[in-house]
Amino acid sequence: MTGPTIHLKDLTVAYDGHPAVHHLTGSFEPGSLTAIAGANGAGKSTLVKAIVGDLKPAGGSILFEHLDRREIGYLPQAAEIERRFPISVLDTVLLGAWRRTGAFGCVSRALRRAGEEALSAVRLDGFAARPVGQLSSGQFQRVLFARLLLQDAAVILLDEPFTAVDARTTADLLALVGRWHGEGHTVIAVLHDHEQIRRHFPRTLLLARSCVSWGASVEALSPANLSAANALAERWHEDAPVCDLRAEDAA
Amino acid sequence: MTLQDLLITPFADYGFMRRALVACLLLGVGSGPVGVLLMLRRMSLVGDAMSHAVLPGAAIGFLAAGGYSLLAMGLGGLVAGLMVSLLSGLVTRTTVLREDASFATFYLASLALGVLIVSLAGSNRDLLHVLFGSILAIDPPALLLIAAIASFSLVTLALIYRPLVAECFDPGFLRSVGGRGGLYHILFLLLIVVNLVAAFQALGTLMAVGMMMLPAAVAQLWTRTLPAMMTLSVLTAAASSVVGLLASYHLGFASGPTIVLVATLIYAASLIVGPSGALKRFVKRPHLAG
Repeated sequence: MTGPTIHLKDLTVAYDGHPAVHHLTGSFEPGSLTAIAGANGAGKSTLVKAIVGDLKPAGGSILFEHLDRREIGYLPQAAEIERRFPISVLDTVLLGAWRRTGAFGCVSRALRRAGEEALSAVRLDGFAARPVGQLSSGQFQRVLFARLLLQDAAVILLDEPFTAVDARTTADLLALVGRWHGEGHTVIAVLHDHEQIRRHFPRTLLLARSCVSWGASVEALSPANLSAANALAERWHEDAPVCDLRAEDAA
Repeated sequence: MTLQDLLITPFADYGFMRRALVACLLLGVGSGPVGVLLMLRRMSLVGDAMSHAVLPGAAIGFLAAGGYSLLAMGLGGLVAGLMVSLLSGLVTRTTVLREDASFATFYLASLALGVLIVSLAGSNRDLLHVLFGSILAIDPPALLLIAAIASFSLVTLALIYRPLVAECFDPGFLRSVGGRGGLYHILFLLLIVVNLVAAFQALGTLMAVGMMMLPAAVAQLWTRTLPAMMTLSVLTAAASSVVGLLASYHLGFASGPTIVLVATLIYAASLIVGPSGALKRFVKRPHLAG
């Protein structure tokens, strides 16, 4: 299948020499809907940050096929956003049009209308002029999804999109994820709720720094894989020796 | 004393008062909006550190020109400020130190070096001049330089407004769309340095940041949108300048510190009566229906 694909080739991403993602190989196929699961510290967010270019690989590589890295729609964790900044809801959504407006281009009336429509799609009609600082966590997450709608990226990366979000908002946002998947977008989401993954995400990458399983969610999240992941995640040695694992061994 | 004697005569009668007033208004127009962004980026102390960092450059300019020359000192200050910004940025990106920590180190070293250079070559009076400024001694060329800097600052800010906002609000997003946040960060640091250079003849290196931070703090207490904050910070700087200059004239106070103190008074009043100030806690407002 041709289309925007992200290939991970023996990828290692490390903090201070210690790998947070270790010898990971695989591909996010075009149009796939994949959850990245694993315990805290398993390397989920690290992998996402490496894909968007925030972190450099310590080994291996990330290859983009039919895709420019800057065209990935990225939803960072809420904690990384300055919520108290005096910016309106609509202006936040319009940032999604960055690839069209650039740093200096003006926002056309049509684009503004598209921004308002994106707000409608996430059920935030009438919120355009509100400062984002006045929104609840769920409303703010809806705004970020509206920004992704405007961005209309071929590949969408969501880092813990439903943390601190109520059930109704989560259901609405999951419906949007489903819509993206139906339209042929590739969606990758870091998630914690295994039940939610089984129900809504056909594929799962179960991480414990290295890959425990990558395939159909039902199999990837089997009890055996989950207990293997839990056992692996906590291994962190201050005086660990230099890794001599080769790519073919890791695969 | 008539109202005219109080408010108009000092400016009508004395050229140095008029020049001081125009200089202060220009400083407010240039520095106010920069100060708002500086504060929103949680870099208030970086601004303060930077104002000290320009000192050794200004001191070298002072020596090279053989006396007080805003152009020579401004150029020196600009080079020193930019060097400290870039070095701090380099330290932040290559070590575990955060930007505020590396700025603190560099600014202390710069301050010490600057004071040493001025005290070696000049008199105590020169040192006071550099540290605290002398707004009433601003001549037409200095005024032109300040006007040029204010214009440059406003035009640059208008051009890089969107990426600056994006970088401050959601740096991860800007990086993901290839928005070159680092470049705009450096341009922003450049804006801080040029505005401090513009302010230091008027207020001295120690208080140059006053026209940047105090009006910005006042604006944040009263308004909620970025354009409104920037406008209010300019107006606050202008009001502090007019009132400060008049007060210093009538009371015989030093003008730079008086302007900064007037801005401080406005800030203190805003802390109490502003919409998010202390008084609001005691006033019970009826809640709305939805």
